[in-house]
Amino acid sequence: MNGVLFLIPALPFLAFVFIVLFTHQNRRVSAGLTIGATAIAWLLGWYIAFQAFLNPDEVMEAPFRLTLPWFAGGYTVFYTGFQVDLLTAVMLFMVPFLCFLIFVYSLGYMEKDPRFSRFFAYLALFATGMLGFILADNLLLAFVFWELMGVCSYLLIGFWAFRRPEETHIDTAQVQRARAASLKAFLTTRVGDTIMLVGILLLYALTGSLRWDEALSPTSLKALAEQSTYIPFLGEVPWATVLAVLIFWGAIGKSAQFPLHVWLPDAMEGPTPVSALIHAATMVSAGVYLILRTFPLFYVVEEGANGAMGFVAFIGAFTALFAATMGVAQFDIKRVLAYSTISQLGYMFAALGIGAYVAAAFHLLMHAFFKALLFLGAGSVIHAMEHGHEHAHEHGHGHRTEESLPFNPNDMRLMGGLFRRMPRTAWTFVAGGLSLAGFPLITAGFWSKDEILAEAWYTGHSVVFWTLAIAAFVTAFYTGRQIFLVFFGEPRSAAAQHATESPTTMTLPLVILAFFAVAAGWVGIPEAFPGLGAVVRGWFQRFLGVQAEALGLHVEALPFEPAPVLISVAMALGGLGASWLVYGRRPIGVTDPLQGALGGLWMAWHRKYWVDELYQATVVAFARWLSQVAYRFDDAWVIDPLVDGVGRFGRWLGARVRRFIDEQIIDRAVNGTAWLSNLVGEWFRQIQTGQVQNYLLAVLAAVTVLLVLGLF
Amino acid sequence: MESVVGWPLLSIITFLPLFGALVLLILPKQGRLPWYWALLVTLVTFILSLPLFFAWQVGEPGYQFVERYPWAPSLGLNYILGVDGISLFLVLLTTFLGPIVILASWENITDRPVTYLFLMLVLETGMLGVFLALDLILFYVFWELTLIPMYFIIGLWGGPRRVYAALKFFIYTMAGSVLMLVAILVLRYYSGTFDLTEILATTRLDDYVQWWLFLAFALAFAIKVPLFPFHTWLPDAHVEAPTAGSVILAGILLKMGTYGFLRFALPLFPRAAASLTGLFLTLAVIGILYGGMVALRQRDFKRLVAYSSVAHLGFVMLGIFALTPQGLSGAVLQMVNHGLSTGALFLLVGMLYDRRHTRMLDEFGGLWAVMPVYGAFLLLTVFSSAGVPGLNGFVGEFTILVGAFWKYRLAATLAALGVIVAAWYLFHAFRAVMQGPITRPENRTLTDLTKREVAILVPIVVMYFIIGLFPNLFLERINPTVIETHRYVIQHAAPPIEAPTIEE
Repeated sequence: MNGVLFLIPALPFLAFVFIVLFTHQNRRVSAGLTIGATAIAWLLGWYIAFQAFLNPDEVMEAPFRLTLPWFAGGYTVFYTGFQVDLLTAVMLFMVPFLCFLIFVYSLGYMEKDPRFSRFFAYLALFATGMLGFILADNLLLAFVFWELMGVCSYLLIGFWAFRRPEETHIDTAQVQRARAASLKAFLTTRVGDTIMLVGILLLYALTGSLRWDEALSPTSLKALAEQSTYIPFLGEVPWATVLAVLIFWGAIGKSAQFPLHVWLPDAMEGPTPVSALIHAATMVSAGVYLILRTFPLFYVVEEGANGAMGFVAFIGAFTALFAATMGVAQFDIKRVLAYSTISQLGYMFAALGIGAYVAAAFHLLMHAFFKALLFLGAGSVIHAMEHGHEHAHEHGHGHRTEESLPFNPNDMRLMGGLFRRMPRTAWTFVAGGLSLAGFPLITAGFWSKDEILAEAWYTGHSVVFWTLAIAAFVTAFYTGRQIFLVFFGEPRSAAAQHATESPTTMTLPLVILAFFAVAAGWVGIPEAFPGLGAVVRGWFQRFLGVQAEALGLHVEALPFEPAPVLISVAMALGGLGASWLVYGRRPIGVTDPLQGALGGLWMAWHRKYWVDELYQATVVAFARWLSQVAYRFDDAWVIDPLVDGVGRFGRWLGARVRRFIDEQIIDRAVNGTAWLSNLVGEWFRQIQTGQVQNYLLAVLAAVTVLLVLGLF
Repeated sequence: MESVVGWPLLSIITFLPLFGALVLLILPKQGRLPWYWALLVTLVTFILSLPLFFAWQVGEPGYQFVERYPWAPSLGLNYILGVDGISLFLVLLTTFLGPIVILASWENITDRPVTYLFLMLVLETGMLGVFLALDLILFYVFWELTLIPMYFIIGLWGGPRRVYAALKFFIYTMAGSVLMLVAILVLRYYSGTFDLTEILATTRLDDYVQWWLFLAFALAFAIKVPLFPFHTWLPDAHVEAPTAGSVILAGILLKMGTYGFLRFALPLFPRAAASLTGLFLTLAVIGILYGGMVALRQRDFKRLVAYSSVAHLGFVMLGIFALTPQGLSGAVLQMVNHGLSTGALFLLVGMLYDRRHTRMLDEFGGLWAVMPVYGAFLLLTVFSSAGVPGLNGFVGEFTILVGAFWKYRLAATLAALGVIVAAWYLFHAFRAVMQGPITRPENRTLTDLTKREVAILVPIVVMYFIIGLFPNLFLERINPTVIETHRYVIQHAAPPIEAPTIEE
């Protein structure tokens, strides 16, 4: 049974290897391998996950486990292994299932791309990374898969970062953007990863283990919380806090939280299924999963006593609002969703920061479903816009609408009225959008977001609560804006006029996901909720509560309070209503009505608060300057001139000594120093005249002489 | 530990290339015959070296396959060869790269090919001797033997500034090794022998003597590594050397320096070494960050790789001077990793140069579209060199960092920053060469790798995966020796350095 765990990440990996080595010329076999391997992984994953759902206590007592020694450095052995506990089971429910759906969707989306096989190879490798990551039973192996995901992310963001002459569908500007985005993503996350690596080293140095259950065992946690280290300006900080913050930086990078959020919007240069899977549902939420895994480190230090919780809550809540505002002022359909992802991940971190372990996990899961749905829906729209554009050109119409903007299939200003043209995509997108906006009672997003807000209210974190509540308003607003701009009103371009519904391989996953985006949340209706609560009795909370209790967290079912629920409902409906007032009530042109109304604020949002520019002008410019100075120091100013100087001096000295010896009678007892200098002079002179053979003789003679000298 | 196979395997491996070189001189010189001969000799050498791995006594820390004959008894010279966990993989790396560098030169060395092959084969004998010799004078002879062929390879087949580069390489290295020779002779005065094992077993040197002798050895090795600030011969030598020369230089010659520290400088002078760890750790960390920063600025791809070597070897030095078993283990493994990935980088740069006769990064761009196979190899090599997990570089770097972090948290943390810089310059180079639109028309018609070129790269890439996924095949052979060396050094260092303990 436990050996099966190994198969889950291994199967997609085998698919990857097979495609690369053997089948990359055959599109159908390549896609079949990836999808087939993922399907088996999905079934195995669900088999294990449902066992856990049915018998949570048994699994908690004896988690599925497979451990092997990996390598030994000196006398320390590093183990590798997989395990499934309740948290893994929850992820195992979501990850392979979404992988499978999105891979099927990709069949349609990437149909015409000449790099079809390559795409599926990368997808298979990514599935390996994500599945391995959630199954890893220790931080080292988790880090290995974490980086593997980073590599896949790099490759897929840069999927169109080069162009063959025959690939006319990719334009040069896109190639430039994709290459810049892939490098930016890799380096930005690497900053976080490296800080996390230091955390891993420190954890190992302090506890002697990297396994979740050993390194974070109660005794080891107690020691980490009690022992502290002195840090300037902060005073005595418990080791647990230091570790927590270092590891959290890894999550900041991977989950694109402020201040390392800049890579995720640019990552939208990758194909849309990638955005859905990697940059919305799975990899970016791996940061949240990592904190869930290492949560005792955060939690063990009492609040107010230099713990890491406040930091996590601050970063999360700030990012939730910060990113949401930027989402309001974007025109690219995918970028809106990218900012939304950053913002929603911020919600999860804020939840973690206030100790709401279960709520964070719940929102992670719900967000994965509705955000994957939204991205796939956006992909379907983009696909339709591209086809509409081609169609309009082929048939020579498209002159009716005035098009002041260059064609860009992602540009929402060119869309409009797509509801009639592609009803399936529209219905499912609206379902996902309502879930994201937290439309009350029926959507998954409502239940998970409400859970976070209720926890913040109940635990008295009023700053976090109000930040998140305002962010909820903004979220509902930009979601409504997006829905109205894309699907309602009149078509604002020929492409939108001629758009048609996407193929079934694409719409079927949408329908399935739409079901989950609405219904999945019902498993987490809290027990105390009037009416519905009595039916579900907070199944999810009880299920994951077992794990949380095992980690030493105090979990209790919250009493029902009307205030946070009413505020949450008001924010969702208010945001949607406001967006209708601005975008839905009357037809709009290509200029956003808010642009004039908000002025400078709009610019700040639209230009992403100029954070990219700030980094360019500071961090990047400084590193470039430093590198330039270092090189001049090396090559022109100090080190190399010094070496050349010594060389010239030796040459000069050699010549002098030679003359001295020539002029004087050659001493039979060789003066060691003079000989040495002479030799240096000789080398220079003779090598320069090309008589290298003489030199060989000289060295042989010298070695012999020295040998003889040394022996007496 | 006597030779397992019953015949003098180490001597055969060591002198087969030299023998091949001599036969080369009497072979008919027309056609491809000398090339095939050299390839055959290096391949046979490699195959003969494989029993070292497969017949290895895992768990045995001492020397294996030992050969010992009196050489010149009146001078106290012995011929002693032996291999242990520190040298095993350096020997295998040398024999592994042997056929690869011959194949790499197959088409681009047209001038005096016989002389070239002769020197390459002599060089291989020299390098193997360095890693196998257990007598100090024998070691020194081999050490110098590597210098001369490399000098000629750079000076005769190099780029436009080859004379300057070759001279700089030669004088710089020679300056260090002459001091080492003096130190060896002084050591003989105190110990009465050149036999390394005997010296370690019997001789206890005064601190004062240790100090000076250590410095003499350390200078020779530090120049070879090269440790900051003794590194400036390296970029010049690399840029001017022909591709195969760079591969040998980065892949093996530099390892002679780090090997020297591990094999000689630390065990022979443990107290001096222990008292100077601070200095060497500082220089190692400076090398990591400084080498990386300078590499970031380079426009010449080969120079970029050369400076990246300074940074990578800084990691090895960090592992050695952290003086923990993990650090030493990681350092030994990382020597091999660097030999593979940097060797491959030089090969890849050479393949570009063969096609375009330039190495400037801005001359390229978008090549992934026209050279997809090349792109895959370069990408994997960049991943390997940047220490991406799953490939070889990560295991070495991680083990070194774990080892260094036990005792020197600041140094290890700063070194970890070097990982970010490494990713930056490597991916920057990859971006410049492979990604983006094709801006130059002459790049549109570049041909992808030939079968010969693929054959050169495949073995190296396979090794990335073997080491990256199954590192214990290597570490289980390295560890016992390293633990024993660590124990010896710590025991003989004063004040005694406490063994790492787990803080609770």
